[in-house]
Amino acid sequence: MSIRRIWATARRILSQLRHDPRTIALMILAPCLLMTILKYVYQDQPIVFQRVAAALLGIFPMLVMFLITSVGTLRERTSGTLERLLILPITKLEFILGYAKAFGIAAFIQATVVSSVALGPLGLKIAGSQIMLIVVAILDALLGMSIGIFVSSFAKTEFQAVQFLPAILFPQLLLSGLLAPRGSMPSLLRIISDYLPLTYAVDATQKVVAGQGSLTRDFLILAIFLFGLLAAGAVTLKRKTS
Amino acid sequence: MQEGIHITDLKIVRDGKTIIPDLNMKVAKGKIVGLLGPSGSGKTTILRGIVGVQAIAAGTITVLGFAAGSKDLRKRIGYFTQNASIYTDLTCLENLRYFAQILGDGSAQEISVQEVLELVDLTKNEKQLASSLSGGERARLALATALLGKPELLILDEPTVGLDPVLRRDLWNLFHKLANQGKTLLISSHVMDEADRCDELFLLREGRVLANGTPHELKAQAHTHEMESVFISLVEKK
Repeated sequence: MSIRRIWATARRILSQLRHDPRTIALMILAPCLLMTILKYVYQDQPIVFQRVAAALLGIFPMLVMFLITSVGTLRERTSGTLERLLILPITKLEFILGYAKAFGIAAFIQATVVSSVALGPLGLKIAGSQIMLIVVAILDALLGMSIGIFVSSFAKTEFQAVQFLPAILFPQLLLSGLLAPRGSMPSLLRIISDYLPLTYAVDATQKVVAGQGSLTRDFLILAIFLFGLLAAGAVTLKRKTS
Repeated sequence: MQEGIHITDLKIVRDGKTIIPDLNMKVAKGKIVGLLGPSGSGKTTILRGIVGVQAIAAGTITVLGFAAGSKDLRKRIGYFTQNASIYTDLTCLENLRYFAQILGDGSAQEISVQEVLELVDLTKNEKQLASSLSGGERARLALATALLGKPELLILDEPTVGLDPVLRRDLWNLFHKLANQGKTLLISSHVMDEADRCDELFLLREGRVLANGTPHELKAQAHTHEMESVFISLVEKK
């Protein structure tokens, strides 16, 4: 494996982003705006805001990263640049890790800015560590990215790729314990939610907000999903197609 | 004859349709070989097979002594695709630097990037986003990426379509220069008048080789001076 080729790929993707300032602005400003709206929606119920805002802090970057990576990798497939690259000395894993690195950096910036806005001017208060909240948000963004790369191989067009958002992520959102505690769900749904990555992302956030409970298990499970999906994404890239 | 490319009994099926029924082809090293035929004759499919991105149903493709698509070939083939596979949201320079970094090893890269920019006459556009280039300029940028790393074998899928005649002549001069340096070039085209610039030709129709030989031989056989007539007489004979 070549670190140079991973870096070159990451740098290339970041250059593409840099030439697209509108996307950067949307990536950073949209979640901040949503947070602000949320604050005023729950003006009279500050306790609800505290609970929902913290969870959404991880969810927004995840949604955005999911969309950007799934459309981005799909574009690379359909424009022929992926095929062009794979006949050169770059491995599929190096290619995927290049994406992970670039969007990991983007996720870091996004999560840091949005968290700072929520924790600062919007007055979000959490019992646990603020740094940990940002770490969880970054992990969530990386998870969204890995799901995005993976599902893009099942989409033939951008229309299909975008539809994976309601099809893949929304069911996870409903079952994650964000809207209703998992304990109150029918047992079948609870068992299903045990196997979904978003469940652990929301669980980690709730622990940070409460300032109690160990994050080790959540982080471990999220990391397994993250690397598993990235590896699966690399496997689904095909050098040869019909 | 030292072989650049050797294809035996090749069969390619796409979506249940047989594109290439049974193809045999030999391409010598150090020559410019033209793959000529109308659109839909299987040119791109064959070229994709040679670079190793096309799944094949039967037969073998050997390239520079290795099976097509094998790891040993990844630095040795330059591939130009018909729809200019470049990053349109990067500048010319950024495109070339990226491909050079994937190919290469540090120090020599910058020189070769400048070199290929000059070869395709895009030096003055180097800071321009690829999306703002004209169709012909984009094609030249894609060609420049194929020339990076000085590959021994160049697979060029309709590289001169839509180019200005002066530039087209310059590119053919470049192709001849590369062939004189011992490189092998396989170039597809549907423009019959480009045939005369090749050392050897394969005329293709519906996935089959209609004829193979030097432009001179083919014209002599058909008693004509125009490649277009050679093609028509071959089709009507069958």
